[in-house]
Amino acid sequence: MSRVIVAAIASLIITIALALAVLERPTPTLSLPNLASTAITPGEAGVLHPITAVLLEFRSIDTLLEIAVLLVAVVVALALREAQPDGADRMGLDNPLLHAVVKLLLPLMLLVAAYLLWAGSTRPGGAFQAGAVLAGCGVLLRLAGTSLHGLERPRWLQGGRVLGLLVFVSVGIPPMLAGRAFLDYPADLAGGLILLIEAALTLSIALALLSLFRLAPPQSDSPAFPDRRKRRRA
Amino acid sequence: MSGGEALSWLLVVPLLAAIATLLAPGRWRGWGSLAALPLLWLAFTPVLAAFLHQGTLTTPLGGWSPPLGIALIGDGLALGLVGLTLGVFSLCALFAAADPDPEDHSHLWPLAWFLIAALNGIWLSGDVFNLYVGLELLGLAAVGLVALKGSAEALAAAMRYLLAALLGSLAYLIGVALLYAAAGSLALADLAQLDGGDTTVRVALALMAVGLMLKTALFPLHGWLPAAHGGALPAVSALLSALVVKASFIILLRLWLALDADPLAVVAAQAIGLLGAGAVFWGGWMAWRQARLKYLVAYSTVAQIGYLFLFFPLITGTGTDAARLAWDGTLLMLFAHALAKAGMFLAAGNLVRAVGSAQIADLAGVGRFRPLSLLSFGIAGVSIMGLPPSGGFTAKWLLLQSALASGQWPWLIVLMGGGLLSAVYVFKVLRHAFVEGPTRDTFRSPPTAAELAALTLALSSLVLGVAAHGLLALMRPDALSAVLEGAG
Amino acid sequence: MSTDLFFAWIGVALCGLGLFGFIVHHHLMRRLLAFNIMGSGSFLLLVGLAQDGRGPDPVPQALVLTGIVIAVASTALALVVLRRWYRVSGESSLPEDV
Repeated sequence: MSRVIVAAIASLIITIALALAVLERPTPTLSLPNLASTAITPGEAGVLHPITAVLLEFRSIDTLLEIAVLLVAVVVALALREAQPDGADRMGLDNPLLHAVVKLLLPLMLLVAAYLLWAGSTRPGGAFQAGAVLAGCGVLLRLAGTSLHGLERPRWLQGGRVLGLLVFVSVGIPPMLAGRAFLDYPADLAGGLILLIEAALTLSIALALLSLFRLAPPQSDSPAFPDRRKRRRA
Repeated sequence: MSGGEALSWLLVVPLLAAIATLLAPGRWRGWGSLAALPLLWLAFTPVLAAFLHQGTLTTPLGGWSPPLGIALIGDGLALGLVGLTLGVFSLCALFAAADPDPEDHSHLWPLAWFLIAALNGIWLSGDVFNLYVGLELLGLAAVGLVALKGSAEALAAAMRYLLAALLGSLAYLIGVALLYAAAGSLALADLAQLDGGDTTVRVALALMAVGLMLKTALFPLHGWLPAAHGGALPAVSALLSALVVKASFIILLRLWLALDADPLAVVAAQAIGLLGAGAVFWGGWMAWRQARLKYLVAYSTVAQIGYLFLFFPLITGTGTDAARLAWDGTLLMLFAHALAKAGMFLAAGNLVRAVGSAQIADLAGVGRFRPLSLLSFGIAGVSIMGLPPSGGFTAKWLLLQSALASGQWPWLIVLMGGGLLSAVYVFKVLRHAFVEGPTRDTFRSPPTAAELAALTLALSSLVLGVAAHGLLALMRPDALSAVLEGAG
Repeated sequence: MSTDLFFAWIGVALCGLGLFGFIVHHHLMRRLLAFNIMGSGSFLLLVGLAQDGRGPDPVPQALVLTGIVIAVASTALALVVLRRWYRVSGESSLPEDV
C-alpha cells in the first residue's frame, strides 16, 4: 500500500515539475537547425540528409559510443551464457506453412534493409533501421526453425558484431595522424566513408540484436532451480 | 588550441583495446590487456605535457566545433581524473591478470576497456548529451562486470544496479531535453549562459541532480551499491568504487558550476549537504555492522561519498576563500578515496582468498600469514579514517577549514564524527585479523603481483597527503575562477 | 497549440505514468516496460519541446535515434539478466531486503 502512495507522490511531483518546465520555457538564443542547414552544403558535409549528417558528421562520436553500448550488452549476454550453460535448444516451430511464408518474405526483407541503408544519405533511413530489419529477418528464421550455418561459427559471428565499431574507429584515425581531429574525414571522401561506416554498422547492429535474442536462455530450458524440477516430476 | 587532437587517443586506445580483447581468445585477453596499458600511458603523456605547456586543450571531434559538433575539453580537472583513471585501472588490471584462473572471467577485459573508454569520455566531454551516452556506456559496462559471476546473488545485485542506473540516466536525459529546449544548445559552455533562476532550468537541474545522485549512490539512494560493489570480483569492486561512482558526481559538479546563478541554490546545496551527512553516518554505522569483509568496504564507500557532497553547501553562496578550500578539499577527497578504496578492495580480495572465507570473523590469524595484505588494508584504512599524513587527512583538513571560513560549523561534526566511525569499522577488521586463534592454520597465498598492486594503491593514497599541493594546483585554474566569479 | 507541443505534453504524461509503474510494480518485466514508457516520454519531450514554434530540428531527432538504440541495448541487457535470474532463482522480482 505504502508503495502505491510513494509511487503516486513521485509521479505527481514529476508530472507537475515537467508541466511547469514546459509552460515556462524560455526562448533560446541559439538555433542549431540554422547552423546545420548552413553546414550541409555539397562539398562541406558528406551527406545531405540533416539527421544522417547529425548522426555521422556533427555528432559522430555519439553514434560511435552507441554501438559500443550495444556491444557491451552482447558481451554480458555471452558471459552469462558461459557462466550458466544452457541445455539443448529446442526453439523453432515445425510448421511447413511458416517455412514457406518465411522463404517467400526473406528476399523482400533483405531488399527493404538494403534500401533503408542506401536511402539514409538523402532521406529518412540509415544503419540502425536497416540493421533492425535484418535482425528481424534473423529472428523470423530462428522462430521458423531454419538454422543459419554461417551464424553458428562463434569466430565469424564475433567478427561481424565487432566490425561496425572497428570500421568506425579505423576511419576516424587517419585524420588524426594527419594532424586533424578524430573522425574529421576529408570532405571529398566523406560521402563514401560514411556509406562504408553505415554498411558495417548495419551488419554489426543486425548481428548484435540477433545475438541478444539468441543468447537469452531458451524458453524450453526452464528454470534450473530444484523446486520447479520436483514439481514437474510430480 | 593546437595539440588538442591528442586528447582523442584517450578515447581511441581503450576502444581499440576493447575490440582487440573481443576478438582475442579468452586466455590471451588478460596479458594482452597488460600489454596495451603502456599505449594508454603513451597517449596520456603528450597530452599532459601539452597541458602543462599551454593550459586547457580542446579538440572538435569530426572537425565540427560546438554547438553543432562535440568538443573534447582537456582542462586540469579532466586531465587529473584521466591520470587517476589510468593509475587505478593499471593496478586493477595487474591484479586481475595475476589471477591464477584467468579463463574464468575472460569477459571482464572487453567490459573493463569499454568502462575506461566511457570514463575518459565523461571526464573530457563538454556536451551534455554526449555525457548521457557516456553514462549509459559506463553504467551498462559496470552492470555487466557485476553480473559476470552469473550466480543468483550476482544477478540480483546486477539487476538492482541496472534498474537504478537506468532510472538515473533517464532523469538525466529528461533534464537534457529541457536544457536543449531552453538554450538551443547542448554544449556545457552555452548552458552556462542560461539564467539559473528560470523555472525550466531549475526543473532540469533538479532532475539531473536526483538522477546523478542515484547513480553516485548518495544516501538515501544508495540501496543498490553494497550488493553490487560487495559481491563483485575484487578488481571490479575496486574499479566501481574508485572511479565509476565518481563519474556521475563530476558531471553533477560541472553542471552545478555551469548553472550556478540561482537564489534557491543555497537552500538546495544545504539539503544536498544534509544528505551527504546522512551518508557519512549511515554508511559508517552499516559498515561497522557488516559480517562480510567486502560488504564492510562497500558500505564504507557509501559513507565516503557523503564527504564529496559537502562540496555543494561549502561552495554555494560562500566567500572566495571558503569556495577555493572546498574545491581543493573535495577533489583531494575524491582522489584519496579512489586510491585508498581501490587498495582496500584489492587487499580485501587477497585476504578473502587467503582465508577462503568472506566473513570478517574468519580472518583470525591472517595477520601472521599474510602480513603484506593486511598492511595494505591498514594503510588504506589510514586514509579512509583521515589520519595524517594521508590524502584523506589533508582533504578533511581543507574541508574543515572551508567550513570554518564560511561559518558553517555543523559540517565540522560530520567531518569529525565520520572519521571516528570509520576508525571503528577499520579497527574491527584489524582486531579480528590479529586474533591468534587455534581455529585455522592453512592459508592460501594470493599471487605476489596482486599483493603488490594493493600495496601500491594504498601507499599512493598515503603519499597523496604530502604531494597534494602540485596535483591541486594542476586542477585548480579555469573551472574555479568561473565559480568565484559567480560567487562574488 | 502546435502538434509539437502536443507531443511534448504527451511526453510529460508518459514520464509521470512510467515513473508510477516503475515504483509501484515488483515484477521485473513490468518495471522494465514502465522504464520503456518513461523513455518514450522523454524522447517525445526532447523532440516536441525543441521543435515547438521553431520548425523541424534535425538535432533532437538524431539524439532520439541514438537514445532509442541505447534504450534497446539497455532493455535487451535487462532482459538477459532477468531471464538468467529467473532461471537460477525462480523469482520474477527482486528480494526486498538489502
